[in-house]
Amino acid sequence: MDMKANKKKLGLKEKYAHMTRGLDWQTTYQPMDKVFPQATFEGIKIHDWDKWEDPFRLTMDAYWKYQAEKERKLYAVLDAFAQNNGHLGITDARYLNAVKLFLTGISPLEYVAHRGFAAAGRNFPGVGPRVACLMQSIDEIRHAQTQIHALSNYNKFYEGFHAGAAHQIERIWYLSVPKSFFDDAFSAGPFEWMIAIGFSFEYVLTNLLFVPFMSGAAYNGDMATVTFGFSAQSDEARHMTLGLECIKFMLEQDPDNLPIVQKWIDKWAWRGIRVLTLVGMMMDYMLPKRVMSWKEAWEIYFEQNGGALFNDLAKYGIKVPDCITQCTVDKEHISHQAWCTFYQYAHASAFHTWLPNAEEMDWLSAKYPNTFDKYYRPRYEQWREMADKGERFYNNTLPMLCQVCQIPMVFTEPDDPSKICYRESDYNGEKYHTCSDGCKHIFDDEPEKYIQAWLPVHQIYQGNCWPEGTDPTAEGFDPMAKVLEWYHIENGKDNLDYEGSGDQANFAAWRGAATQNT
Amino acid sequence: MSTVFIAFQTNEDTRPIVESILADNPHAVLDEQPAMVKINAEGQLVIKRESIEERIGRNFDLQELQINLITLSGNIDEDDDQFTLAWKN
Ligand SMILES: [Fe+2]
Ligand SMILES: [Fe+2]
Repeated sequence: MDMKANKKKLGLKEKYAHMTRGLDWQTTYQPMDKVFPQATFEGIKIHDWDKWEDPFRLTMDAYWKYQAEKERKLYAVLDAFAQNNGHLGITDARYLNAVKLFLTGISPLEYVAHRGFAAAGRNFPGVGPRVACLMQSIDEIRHAQTQIHALSNYNKFYEGFHAGAAHQIERIWYLSVPKSFFDDAFSAGPFEWMIAIGFSFEYVLTNLLFVPFMSGAAYNGDMATVTFGFSAQSDEARHMTLGLECIKFMLEQDPDNLPIVQKWIDKWAWRGIRVLTLVGMMMDYMLPKRVMSWKEAWEIYFEQNGGALFNDLAKYGIKVPDCITQCTVDKEHISHQAWCTFYQYAHASAFHTWLPNAEEMDWLSAKYPNTFDKYYRPRYEQWREMADKGERFYNNTLPMLCQVCQIPMVFTEPDDPSKICYRESDYNGEKYHTCSDGCKHIFDDEPEKYIQAWLPVHQIYQGNCWPEGTDPTAEGFDPMAKVLEWYHIENGKDNLDYEGSGDQANFAAWRGAATQNT
Repeated sequence: MSTVFIAFQTNEDTRPIVESILADNPHAVLDEQPAMVKINAEGQLVIKRESIEERIGRNFDLQELQINLITLSGNIDEDDDQFTLAWKN
């Protein structure tokens, strides 16, 4: 029998009000400040949690419905990709090294984001942010799982995927950069977490991570990555909105919140931009077919879009972070400096590197007319000459790391691209080094936090990065080989040059087999 | 005035949505990228449920936008009939 419902359904706003705000209550057995012990120690003053605005007004019923639809679409593509040997459709197996970096460096962050938002949701006394954090927490574990699942297909065919997303993030030197970023945020209070991840990372920086990465994947024929990327990204609009609402809410609640919020914005903008160096390098060097340069992406997504955002926040007294002056100089250098570093340390990395070929160098010259030919082309030409003579250059000393961002000291002075930049601070009779004014400023503000940093190079020198049972006094002990073993990097397979690698040979053979009958 | 934008995956679901947005916002500019379509607009951008329904011939819930959404920029205001993105300065 057909029953016709005549009564109009609840509108979006009413439904949201009933199903979220309407479910909250004030505690009586215990005082609220005991139930929410992390709500005040950071100094943020909130007078009325009901003033929190939630533009998307999503409730759980709608959430499950739309997320389920996203999952169905994603898995349909993944199945098709696996069934049709989609991996042979990529431009060139060099491309997969960007994917290895993504799996080992970014997917684990999704998992930490899941934990962090669950914790933030637990710690906010207001129901509005609590519901939004809950949904974001579920989104983030979905991102981690779908990424690992999508990329596991490549593990059947290529080197460097076997350690998965969990093992190497706690060990490998360059992965400590994204890891320490999230550790820093997670070990702060819930409000700082929201500025760090919800606002700086999600709102200001995520477009620079996902949009070029996923367009790059599309350009290079990697349907699996495009699909999980865009599926994850479809949650991002909600996350960005949460970050923006959170910052507006804090600023509207009490004028005393402004200096605290500004300090966090300055800190997390700089922290995030440092992490994105890896993305810049990926865009300029690791995509066989390029979408746009790092500098162009920076100009669109940070300078223009970030500019609009900061104009909007100016009414609250928020200023554009000071580090922007340095970023304007850095955007022409950092991707080159990062790739030069990975080329020199390709023996200690879980992916392959290569020298840009002549056509790629011309692309780089055109995109970076002020810097590439002057500072970086000569370096690549010199290394090419050495490699051709059988003297491929590897750097066998371990670099000093920045105490804050944990990036090796490879960046140059803002006013002198021929001079390595570093800064020094004293704390309790010890010296600590940072890579920049931005990182030094962050260190000096909370030295007691950053002196605890787990710095991969220090840890190697202290003998903490070998497999259990290693005897460093044994005859013929090779520290580097033991470190690679502890990293789960298979020496000669996962690392070194792409030229001559198993990936290169297999890809050529399989692609040949896919297009010929012999 | 600042630019707002919204980006969707390029597919059959989003084609009528993009058409509606362009029709309702004559100042909007289309930017087609690999697998992605981005719409930029000075100041503000309005997405209307009715315009989408006219094109797809069925009821449409604006929350369905989330399925194919990639990114956006601007302050959001959403109700049952329209979804607005704006920088109010
Ligand atoms: Fe995520
Ligand atoms: Fe640093």
